[in-house]
Amino acid sequence: MLYDVVIIGGGVIGCALARELMRYRVHAVLVEKESEVGFGISKANSGIIHGGHHASPTTLKGRLEWDGNQMWDQLCAELGFGFKRIGELTVAVDEAQLATLAKLQQQGADKGVPGLEIWLPERIRHEEPNLSAAVIAALHAPTTAVINPYEACFALAENACRNGLELVTASAVTALTATGDTWTVQTTRGSFHPRFVINAAGLYADRIAELAGVRSFTIHPRKGEEYLLDRRLAGIVKQIIFPCPTPVSKGILVIPTYDGTIMVGPTAESVDDREDLTTSLAGAEAVFAAVEGVVPGISERDCIAEFAGLRAVADSEDFVIGPTAKRGFINVAGIQSPGLTAAPAIARMVCDLLRSEGLPLQLKPDFTASVPKPLHFASLSTAEQIELAAREPRYGHIACRCETVSEGEVVDAIHRGARTLDGIKFRTRAGMGRCQGGFCTARCMELLARELGVPYTAITKRGGGSWIVCRRQDEGEA
Amino acid sequence: MITVKATQIGATYDVVVVGGGPAGMAAALAAKDAGAARVLIIDREKEAGGILWQCIHAGFGLHYFKEELTGPEYAQRFLEQVLEHDIDVVSDTYVLDIDRNKQVKLMSGAAGVRIISARAAVLAMGARERTRGAIRIPGTRPAGVMTAGLAQKFVNLLGYLPGRRVAILGSGDIGLIMARRLTLEGVEVAGVFEIMPHANGLGRNIVQCLHDFGIPLHLSTTVVHIHGRDRVEKVTVAPVDDRLHPIMDKCWDVPCDTLLLSIGLIPENELSRQIQVRLDPVTGGPVVSSTMETSVDGVFACGNVVHIHDLVDFVTQEALLAGRHAGECVTGKRPPADNIRLVPGENVAYCVPHTISTDREHTVYLRVRRPLERSCLRLGEVYERKLRYVFPAEMITLKVRPAILQKFHGDSLAVHVLPRDGSASPEDLDDAEQPTVWHIPEA
Repeated sequence: MLYDVVIIGGGVIGCALARELMRYRVHAVLVEKESEVGFGISKANSGIIHGGHHASPTTLKGRLEWDGNQMWDQLCAELGFGFKRIGELTVAVDEAQLATLAKLQQQGADKGVPGLEIWLPERIRHEEPNLSAAVIAALHAPTTAVINPYEACFALAENACRNGLELVTASAVTALTATGDTWTVQTTRGSFHPRFVINAAGLYADRIAELAGVRSFTIHPRKGEEYLLDRRLAGIVKQIIFPCPTPVSKGILVIPTYDGTIMVGPTAESVDDREDLTTSLAGAEAVFAAVEGVVPGISERDCIAEFAGLRAVADSEDFVIGPTAKRGFINVAGIQSPGLTAAPAIARMVCDLLRSEGLPLQLKPDFTASVPKPLHFASLSTAEQIELAAREPRYGHIACRCETVSEGEVVDAIHRGARTLDGIKFRTRAGMGRCQGGFCTARCMELLARELGVPYTAITKRGGGSWIVCRRQDEGEA
Repeated sequence: MITVKATQIGATYDVVVVGGGPAGMAAALAAKDAGAARVLIIDREKEAGGILWQCIHAGFGLHYFKEELTGPEYAQRFLEQVLEHDIDVVSDTYVLDIDRNKQVKLMSGAAGVRIISARAAVLAMGARERTRGAIRIPGTRPAGVMTAGLAQKFVNLLGYLPGRRVAILGSGDIGLIMARRLTLEGVEVAGVFEIMPHANGLGRNIVQCLHDFGIPLHLSTTVVHIHGRDRVEKVTVAPVDDRLHPIMDKCWDVPCDTLLLSIGLIPENELSRQIQVRLDPVTGGPVVSSTMETSVDGVFACGNVVHIHDLVDFVTQEALLAGRHAGECVTGKRPPADNIRLVPGENVAYCVPHTISTDREHTVYLRVRRPLERSCLRLGEVYERKLRYVFPAEMITLKVRPAILQKFHGDSLAVHVLPRDGSASPEDLDDAEQPTVWHIPEA
């Protein structure tokens, strides 16, 4: 079968691009090696849409940061994922850092980022009374937002599929060959023959480029550990708190996530292993020591979960986006921070690249921009809850009690593509709360088994070999 | 399934009990017996009984029923009494909200969202297990790291195994029970690792679940790293120093596909917070008076939601007290208010209840912070009792009789557990008070 485009990689970049491409009469397939989209870099990050002023306009990432930032409101309105502009404060704790704040403010102003202001202690105490008294000034950016990044991936992919994208998960690319104008993309689940190959393979983008015979860069994974805190601390800060940045990192942040819980992190550590998602004692110490200086009310006692993510950093420290020596093979690589912020702008840029490389892009009149919004029982009013539970009894059963997620929401998530416990968790929050799945794991397994018609032993945490239970010895192997 | 029909959930009750585990069932029975005409138990599982259904091992009821029962047998006996007493039980129902006026918003699988009001409420929500996040074990996040209670549910209720070779972190009772249970299922249990220098489960469980099966217990040892991308492949364990810091150059690897966590329980007080009940940061549960009433008038609490108990029998005892006072409260009977505050003193982590009254007998539960051999329990200057061996995992029960408070004129009493000098004489060694005959409502 002949395709116009094969997108390799179902992270937020691949998903945003796929969704943008589906505006046009384009025949495209997205191949993803994990069981679901968004299961790589995109699920484990700080969940921030950056204000637009952090990256220098001399870099590609700096230009796309502010462009992307402005596109999220409409995406959210259309796709309904968690997104809220809560603003940020970059705080200075000594005189020397005041210059950094001024430089950031100027940089933002140069890029056209509105609303940047320096706040003095009185204003800071008023707006964020739980910040350390050591904070002497702060740069406020109202344009910064928090987002549920995995929800954004799921919604982008779901919308793309509704508009004609073919999505093939659990399928790793094993070979890439060009014959004339046509590529052959071999995967563990069959071959595809497109004119264009988009390399959005994240941590493996250099290896995919190598398969295509055009490796021109290397990906250096840079790990970030994040620590999620108990709901008790919800509201301790209202906006994202940044320390003054250093040349290598934006530092350890205090993030009031979209769902209200506080997350602290990330660390920044170069690692060799592209699968190294380990957290460490040293990482925890570094995070909580840094946070203590800024928001002293936060302590590691309140940690309920931790995770690590990897940034896909290219040698140049900038995004690597563009055509290559092999016609039809386009890199969208090295997408480190602010990659999530820039994703919609990157998608549009790659569409333009495809057009200039010879792919005709004709608008599709029947493109549907939205997806039905998932219902969140807990956030409905009592009257709405009464009405919904009466109309759809499965919304009247609670699956996850820490986050008040109903069975209806879990079943809906499965119908929209969740195949694993993590897939349910990231779509509905079931298992994300205080008990971390202690109670709802069995209920979610029951629903997965029922809806997908699979035995419990086939259910996984996140695909691959991440099985949850096995058969009793006297029953033999499944 | 034992459920009232949807239409049978009334709009008003004398006493609403949140949670249908052993605490909730005993409280409802006692409330009914004390004169509350309309009593409702709300339980979120498909059947009331709580965690007892998955506790298929024996060892329940030795104090209360004077015989050894399994968890489901213990639950069944109470459930039968509850039904005989004409108490409404609504299962598969979740309390979404409760306010200080005891208006309860609930969602029932069968009846949808309802709002009911009660004259008194008993909080009996129980506890949940601490998870990996609470102790921040470094390493990867593969499948196969789960609480011992979830593994127990897999094996005993669903009929699946959590893995083939298991390491257990923490020596809480559920972990010890699961070490034995999984061994009986043919699963290899590589060992139990406990960061403290003493076990955190009951002595009888150490003997019957570990020693009898040759399962090693490594004290002062903890898991320092979890390995495996998709599924656990091994854990690294290391001994710890006096300050509980791992000694990394003495670490070793334990191959396993599963790590069970048995690192303690946390009272489930989300609803208590919603009604702004005052909580004790040490127990994690409500501050309660001698009638088990919380800081909110007419709201009582009992069982693991107040503090973590060793035995279900003690939960039952506490719940009968809470239920009786909730029932009396709606019939207008109130005992004299408490006039003495109990203050945890030397080597005492907490005491429950937090206050007592000089006019009647009280059972006070307390836990020590550190193990002590040959100690004495001292209540202010008014009472002293010798104890043989105390350690944090075993709750100490203290009977306070009005007689010992007759000459006391203060308003607070410190409770200490102190080392004791001199040699033991035979009469010193008996510290267990005879359990009183508990009041069981007649069917």
